[in-house]
Amino acid sequence: MAEGDFWSGYALPLVAMVLEILAIVVPLLLVVAYATYAERKVLAAAQLRKGPNVVGPFGLLQPLADGLKLFMKETVIPSGANRVVFAAAPMLTFVLALIAWAVIPFDPGVVLSNINVGILYLFAISSLGVYGIIMAGWASNSKYAFLGALRSAAQMVSYEVSIGFVMVTVLLCAGSLNISDIVLAQRHLWYVIPLLPMAVVFFISGLAETNRSPFDLPEGESELVAGYFVEYSAMTFALFFLGEYANMILVSAMTSILFLGGWLAPFGVPPFTWVPGPIWFFLKIAFCFFCFLWVRATFPRFRYDQLMRLGWKVFLPLSLFWLVLTAAFLTAFGMLPT
Amino acid sequence: MAFLDRGARSLLLTELISGLWLTLKYMFKQPVTVNYPYEKGPLSPRFRGEHALRRYPNGEERCIACKLCEAICPALAITIEAEPREDGSRRTTRYDIDMTKCIYCGFCQEACPVDAIVEGPNFEFAAETREELFYNKEKLLANGDRWEAEIAKNLALDAAYR
Repeated sequence: MAEGDFWSGYALPLVAMVLEILAIVVPLLLVVAYATYAERKVLAAAQLRKGPNVVGPFGLLQPLADGLKLFMKETVIPSGANRVVFAAAPMLTFVLALIAWAVIPFDPGVVLSNINVGILYLFAISSLGVYGIIMAGWASNSKYAFLGALRSAAQMVSYEVSIGFVMVTVLLCAGSLNISDIVLAQRHLWYVIPLLPMAVVFFISGLAETNRSPFDLPEGESELVAGYFVEYSAMTFALFFLGEYANMILVSAMTSILFLGGWLAPFGVPPFTWVPGPIWFFLKIAFCFFCFLWVRATFPRFRYDQLMRLGWKVFLPLSLFWLVLTAAFLTAFGMLPT
Repeated sequence: MAFLDRGARSLLLTELISGLWLTLKYMFKQPVTVNYPYEKGPLSPRFRGEHALRRYPNGEERCIACKLCEAICPALAITIEAEPREDGSRRTTRYDIDMTKCIYCGFCQEACPVDAIVEGPNFEFAAETREELFYNKEKLLANGDRWEAEIAKNLALDAAYR
């Protein structure tokens, strides 16, 4: 093999790909860091407090201070823990939260990997997230962590079912599994309007999927201390923490893509189309993320049986019914996408 | 009909939405935070903070070593030793308060017949070691000199209710 082939055939594409990945991951991590800040500020505002305001102007350097603190701390591995699995669990959670972004389009063609099964990939990755939690709960060798992990596993599996049906409903309307095509299919009408109940079901299931309040039973501090990551400290804890927030942003992005038209400007008319697509996408994600925090500031935690009842007896029939209704509607009026 | 009504309410999330609306309204209200330590809340003249031993305006210490405060102290935080001074007046040679024992009940200042031991308005006397919180007579007298203005004002304000 000639020298030139190696460079043009392997090395340069590899370097380009690494740069592309960095161009997604670095801003993402920054956004994740500031998501923690946003959460504290929004909760503070809802509770008539000020939130972090000491470190830097308006407390804007607080995430850096928190990160530095976690970085300097000692990682404690419990003596009864399975060391390998214990260490692998936070990494798995974090990596899974990041790799889902490979298929998220930020603008027409601006996507790391424009695969034709993008939505299935997203669904698969978000389902895998439960493994990090189960591994953490099991490897910690602690009853609180284990109970938290069990709750989390049951909860995520339950709500994935309705998420799946909601996705299928969207796919019926869009006629493609490619995420960019799903976004482009919303050129004329965002799916949040015809599929509003499904958007609500998706968002609420997303709350459950990311173990967020009011479905944060896996980490219910009143009974389980902190749930599956009780035994974690320092950077291992930070990875769980970042993974959770990255997942929240991912679910916000998925809501934006499936229902709010991804990078598309609202109405598609000039004053809105002047703003570039990634900025619209960011604003939509920010709005969905704000809704996450808003819900957290408002509602108390569900009881476990209520959670399961909501998932299996309300959301599952509702999404199934709406799926059939959508399919019947599209067929009856000949609006099935080709 | 009640069934339909209830079903519609839960499906349309009316109660959840009214809850969300309430928190949204609160997000635009002014925070009530007092930005301690840059801002501080008001203190009552009766506030029972750090102890101080006061002096008369001529510089003579007020305490006459009657040991009433030591006797009434429910936490046994006060230790007093006394003997006559050269001029024959009865004074303390030792007046210690263990601030880690003190429960800030204010009995000592109630018991004091000469308003010598008082609890002043200072509550910011946190220390890094226990030893720093074992106050002796010099420390208490120094507190008295430092806070005399505020203490005298508070005593005057509260005098009507005593």
